Amino acid sequence: MPEETKSPTPPPSGEPKPPAGQAIPGSVQSTSAQKPLEKPAAPAKPAGPAPIPWESPLVTRLKAQYGSGVREANTYLGQNYLVLEPSITNEILQILRDEEQFDYCVDLTAVHYPKREKQFDLVWILYSFARNERLRVKTMLADGESFPSSVAIWPTANWLEREVYDMFGIKFDGHPDLKRILLPDGWKGYPLRKDYGIIQQDQEWIQINLGIESGQ
Amino acid sequence: MLDYITSYLGMNTTPGQAGNVFWAVVYIFVVFGGVSVAVMAMNWLERKALAHFQIRLGPMRVGPHGLLQPIADAVKLLTKEDIIPDEADRFVFWIAPLIILCASFTVYIVIPFGPTHAITDLNIGILFMLGVSSLSVLGVVMAGWASNSHYPLIGSLRSSAQMISYEIAMGMAVVSAILMTSLNKSGTGTLSMIGIVEAQQQQQIWFLFKFFPLGFIAFAIFAIAMVAETNRAPFDLPEAESELTAGFHTEYSGLRWSLFMLGEYAAMIAVSSIAVTLWLGGWLRPFPNTLTGATWDLVFSLLPGFIFLALALIAFVGVIRMPKHAYFRIQTAGLAGFGVVLGLIGLILFIPPVRDRIQDIFWFVAKVAVFMYLYIWYRATFPRYRFDQLMKVGWKVLLPIAIGVLILTAILGVVL
Amino acid sequence: MGDQITKDPYISHLELGEPDKTFLDTNELIINMGPQHPATHGVLRVILKLDGEKVLGTECVIGYLHRGVEKIAENRTYTMFNPYVDRMDYVAAVSNGLGYCEAVEKLLNIEAPPRAKYIRVILTELNRLASHQLWLGTHALDIGAMTPLFYTFRDREEILKIFEKYCGARLTTHAFRIGGCQYETYDGFERDVKKFLDFVPPRIDEYEELLTTNRIWVERTRNVGKISAADCKALGVTGPVLRASGVKWDIRKALPYANYSEFDFEIPTGVNGDTYDRYMVRMQEMRQSLRIIRQAVEKIPEGPIMAKVPKVMKPPVGEVYHSIEAPKGELGYFVVSDGSTQPYRVRVRPPSFVNLQALDVMVRGQLVADVIAVIGTLDIVLGEVDR
Repeated sequence: MPEETKSPTPPPSGEPKPPAGQAIPGSVQSTSAQKPLEKPAAPAKPAGPAPIPWESPLVTRLKAQYGSGVREANTYLGQNYLVLEPSITNEILQILRDEEQFDYCVDLTAVHYPKREKQFDLVWILYSFARNERLRVKTMLADGESFPSSVAIWPTANWLEREVYDMFGIKFDGHPDLKRILLPDGWKGYPLRKDYGIIQQDQEWIQINLGIESGQ
Repeated sequence: MLDYITSYLGMNTTPGQAGNVFWAVVYIFVVFGGVSVAVMAMNWLERKALAHFQIRLGPMRVGPHGLLQPIADAVKLLTKEDIIPDEADRFVFWIAPLIILCASFTVYIVIPFGPTHAITDLNIGILFMLGVSSLSVLGVVMAGWASNSHYPLIGSLRSSAQMISYEIAMGMAVVSAILMTSLNKSGTGTLSMIGIVEAQQQQQIWFLFKFFPLGFIAFAIFAIAMVAETNRAPFDLPEAESELTAGFHTEYSGLRWSLFMLGEYAAMIAVSSIAVTLWLGGWLRPFPNTLTGATWDLVFSLLPGFIFLALALIAFVGVIRMPKHAYFRIQTAGLAGFGVVLGLIGLILFIPPVRDRIQDIFWFVAKVAVFMYLYIWYRATFPRYRFDQLMKVGWKVLLPIAIGVLILTAILGVVL
Repeated sequence: MGDQITKDPYISHLELGEPDKTFLDTNELIINMGPQHPATHGVLRVILKLDGEKVLGTECVIGYLHRGVEKIAENRTYTMFNPYVDRMDYVAAVSNGLGYCEAVEKLLNIEAPPRAKYIRVILTELNRLASHQLWLGTHALDIGAMTPLFYTFRDREEILKIFEKYCGARLTTHAFRIGGCQYETYDGFERDVKKFLDFVPPRIDEYEELLTTNRIWVERTRNVGKISAADCKALGVTGPVLRASGVKWDIRKALPYANYSEFDFEIPTGVNGDTYDRYMVRMQEMRQSLRIIRQAVEKIPEGPIMAKVPKVMKPPVGEVYHSIEAPKGELGYFVVSDGSTQPYRVRVRPPSFVNLQALDVMVRGQLVADVIAVIGTLDIVLGEVDR
């Protein structure tokens, strides 16, 4: 499994990104020896995608209430997102459901950035029927940190959190029944992490459970 | 000895009534053989008709148009391994299908194929039939119990509950038909099967049309209840595969399972015969009273022959449509042979002596065949009833209507 | 059986309590509808806690078909991952492809040309029709009506023939590419589609004739598996299930994608949120799909079918979430790019996975035979649930 050499960063706050088509922007500390073939500098595209700050009454209100807890509030490619501190995220999710009418939790997932200090990006995608608006809420967790469960806010989160636990190992406090959902019960390891040894794990499981050598 | 045999030939009663054991046994073999052939034919017809309802062809390879498929199935079932679950109660396991089989086949001794064409004519005929056919419930429960597995047990209990509930509605409908038999000149009714048909003949009306619509409603109730009685669609929840419990015959394999199937089809034919006898005039030809006279009698007597000739024609059309390829020669030849046999039977049915004797049997069997086709039609069309809805229909819908029809029939019978 | 079951980690959740000391002294029974069952539409294990015939609780065990699609995505380039997407909801493969291609197109900030969009809409709606027909056949079979299965599969053949002529595959079509369509429509595509549009409406009427007013069907599906609109929204249930509960919401109208805003169609809704309403909603959706196809096939413009997409696809760093209205519900793709040729994370938000959670709510208090009807009416595909 090829290791990612460039640590992908979340869209940098406030800074407009250089237009697409150019070489990978300097926001990445280039270890140029292993960079893939760079595209030659193309003429600047008319409107390159860049996260632009998102102004809305919701954001102003949250910023007023939580100040620096709301780390970012941007729009990227027309999709609004908030990046929050983990300690206040649960409250804000509650507010989003109760007062801002985001009554439908579309998805709850995580992304693993092993090179970062706070390795996991926990992402909620919310939708409001009344406002016909979609919103992404992100927070960052360190390895081993657990997070309060959103099941009390949206019952949908039950299986979604189980899957995040199954794939990433992030525990959710207060979840009624946190156990593996897609993988067999005795599975060791969390597959969607970037440092997960697939081939080694595959062989080990097959040797233990089926008693044969893996075909790999 | 020879006198004993020939002494019966002149009589016009059933062997049972005449006390002639030899002919009774002969009739038993004939009926038993006939029913077995009918069950095989029914098996073939079910697969073909169901397939045609579902826009496919059904068995086509084993024999021309699958005509030999039932034989192949029988051979397969006979040669299958006989698996008995480890902790099953062996004696009960063994005897359960036999009980169902005996119960289903015993009723054939009173089924009237004609005025003297029955094995015997008990004067409690219909009561006997209903009583003996109810014994199959015992076999069902025993099968489920002996399997020592909770799915068959639940299935068999459900099945038995269903059969018992619908028997009551059946019984009420039957009673209302029996009441109608007492409306002849002598003022006495009869329970004997032959007597019921003769009552219809005397009163010159099939009980289906008597006191219209009461006779019709009673018939409809019986027709629905008999489908539920035999665990057929749409009342086949206890034996459906996609439900949780797979039915009382899950643990049976090979020959034992085929005995269940045999018993089920035989029961279907038996209850259809009851329906035909009670409401549809038994062996009487269609329109016995509206189209009277010697010419109509002649026309209707020619009909069996024509029907067989038509079947032969269909077989020959099938022969013509067979692919003209070397691989199909045997099938084409087989189908042609079958067509020839049907044609010969048709021609034989034109000969006057045969014609007269075969009339009653033919019409009786034709009416029962219509019911068999209806059974298959229901299975193709209807979804299944859920068990509680099934019981609701049996107890809360059919039974009150049946009792109502009974009371009204009784009142009308006295008043009119 | 008892011993084995109580050690099962899933049963503890169902809280098998003390037997009720009523005068009937009934025990609660735990029944396992195992992974192999004719009626669970794939490898799904449902553990039921029953009181006689009544269902007190259920637990779904999934994961038998988990193939690690999301992990695979991290090791394939964007174009290489495209065929994998079909294999998730294998019944409606074209929709999956549409969602993924559109999500990546959003990341790349390109748009498919108009002709490609029309072709996409036609194929996706044909796919919706095929998926609903398969649903109808299998659902009717579970409830006991054997015949609609054969009718719907026969008609589905016509759609699959069109797919086969178009892209060579019937089931896992891989019809679309990032930036448009790879294949130009074949000679006679419009004629085939128009012939299909004339051929199918009487067939749909035939299915309705067999089932809609059939008393037994109505009794089996009315008031079975009821779920209210509020429960649907809270549980995240989308698609025909949500619409049958009365919420008039369809992503094709709410957040249009792929030029659906140019077409005139309605969103059928139900009233009660029971199985019968879901059946009616899906039948109406079939007709609306035909309507959309009819409009689309009239107006296909000429032009290129593929946008200018760089050969080596390296979307800029960022993430995007795009969802479409798949036949089963809201199918979403959350694609995170780190600027390289391989996606950093692809998250598929499967409608069947989220809808299956609602099974517990829908069957509590109903009878065992209804569990099967409800699983059928949720229209789940295990390939999508497990990925």
